[in-house]
Amino acid sequence: MFKKLIALAAAAIVLGLAAFWFLTNPKSIPQSVLGAHTPDLANGKAMFTAGGCSSCHAVPKAQDKTRLAGGLALKSPFGTFYVPNISPHPKDGIGAWTEAQFVTALIKGTSPAGDHYYPSFPYTSYQRITLNDLRDLFAYLKTLPPVAGRVRDHDLPFPFNIRRALGLWKFLFLDGETFKPDPSKSVNWNRGAYLINGPAHCAECHSPRNILGGIIVSQRFAGGQSPDGQGGVPNITQFKLKDWSVSDIAETLTTGMTPDADRVGGSMIDVVRNTSQLSAADRTSMATYIKSLPSVETRAQQKK
Amino acid sequence: MLLRTTVITLAIGLAAGAALAQPDPIAARKALMKENNNNARAMVQTMRGQKPFDAAAVEAAFQQWADTAQKLPGLFPDNSKTGGETHASPKVWQNKKDFDEKSVEFGKAVADTREKAKASLDGLKAAIPVIGKTCDNCHEDYRLTQQ
Repeated sequence: MFKKLIALAAAAIVLGLAAFWFLTNPKSIPQSVLGAHTPDLANGKAMFTAGGCSSCHAVPKAQDKTRLAGGLALKSPFGTFYVPNISPHPKDGIGAWTEAQFVTALIKGTSPAGDHYYPSFPYTSYQRITLNDLRDLFAYLKTLPPVAGRVRDHDLPFPFNIRRALGLWKFLFLDGETFKPDPSKSVNWNRGAYLINGPAHCAECHSPRNILGGIIVSQRFAGGQSPDGQGGVPNITQFKLKDWSVSDIAETLTTGMTPDADRVGGSMIDVVRNTSQLSAADRTSMATYIKSLPSVETRAQQKK
Repeated sequence: MLLRTTVITLAIGLAAGAALAQPDPIAARKALMKENNNNARAMVQTMRGQKPFDAAAVEAAFQQWADTAQKLPGLFPDNSKTGGETHASPKVWQNKKDFDEKSVEFGKAVADTREKAKASLDGLKAAIPVIGKTCDNCHEDYRLTQQ
């Protein structure tokens, strides 16, 4: 009887370890999935702009937003993340990456070495981007100046420094779905839904997060807490924006001015530096989608 | 005894009076920003043709902005970091020198564009984005957004 129990316990442990190993195994996208593709650099640049890549990856406070040497410190409740170099430098950046490695990083959140990236890199949104758009983006990044210099490692306390465990986080919060258009909605609305939920990753800041750092789905776009604990990020559902027209929202994305002639503040200022460079049609699409977000009441967040 | 009570009462009265006379810096800077915004709204409406171009109104707006730029650095004493629903980031006090310089840049943008803005609608249209950029340069680091 006792021997049986021991054997059972041992089997449970082995099964548990196997499950952990399986669930936390970093996933990747093989080169074979990627067929022939002629990169569209203009579209790649639009993805770069919509994605706000430079807001985190450009050298902090530098005027030149195309030198993507990283280094920005992102404070969070889990520790401080240091944004890596994604310039096309062969050693310190992504110059030696294959297209499949790049696509894998953005969709699966897995590095070329096969490690999990932390979700401070918003692959939960980037996974919605189409393969063609990602490949155009990769081609565009390759045209930017290579900058030498590796960025230091993240500064995270135990247990957040165990990268392997991120596999469980991804199991909970990374569904692996590309954006699917809603055929009942207009082309314009769908373009907006794609940009907002994919490259522009608006929900990453404009939503509250649970204790594990995952977005609370029912509160998506209903406003969040700044990751560094200072101030908040506005609710952009109709709960807060019911008096804003589509053109008001498009105006804010163009000039940073709100309907009452106030201006956006904090990190939204840099977002507008990007959205102001998108096409007017894309901004209108984004505004159309935002205007369609059902009202969700802001839930006051407790300070950590 | 009576004399002592009188003196103490007087002293308390004087201290209370001084405290009342001391304007609340958080309320003062919030009022200035509110007025900045009111003027910005009027100028933007003018730019959009929703309000007629009025040189006197432009002058009043620019004068108010110039006053704000001058007063701002003095309205963030160390005892005004919190309270009064302030949206000022703690970074104001961590980088006070940079913060003060950004007020100077705001004042300079207002002064540099003032004459042309008063002279014509086109001048105003050219001025507002230049000034707005200096608003953003400061708000980016020093204004906390709200949920």
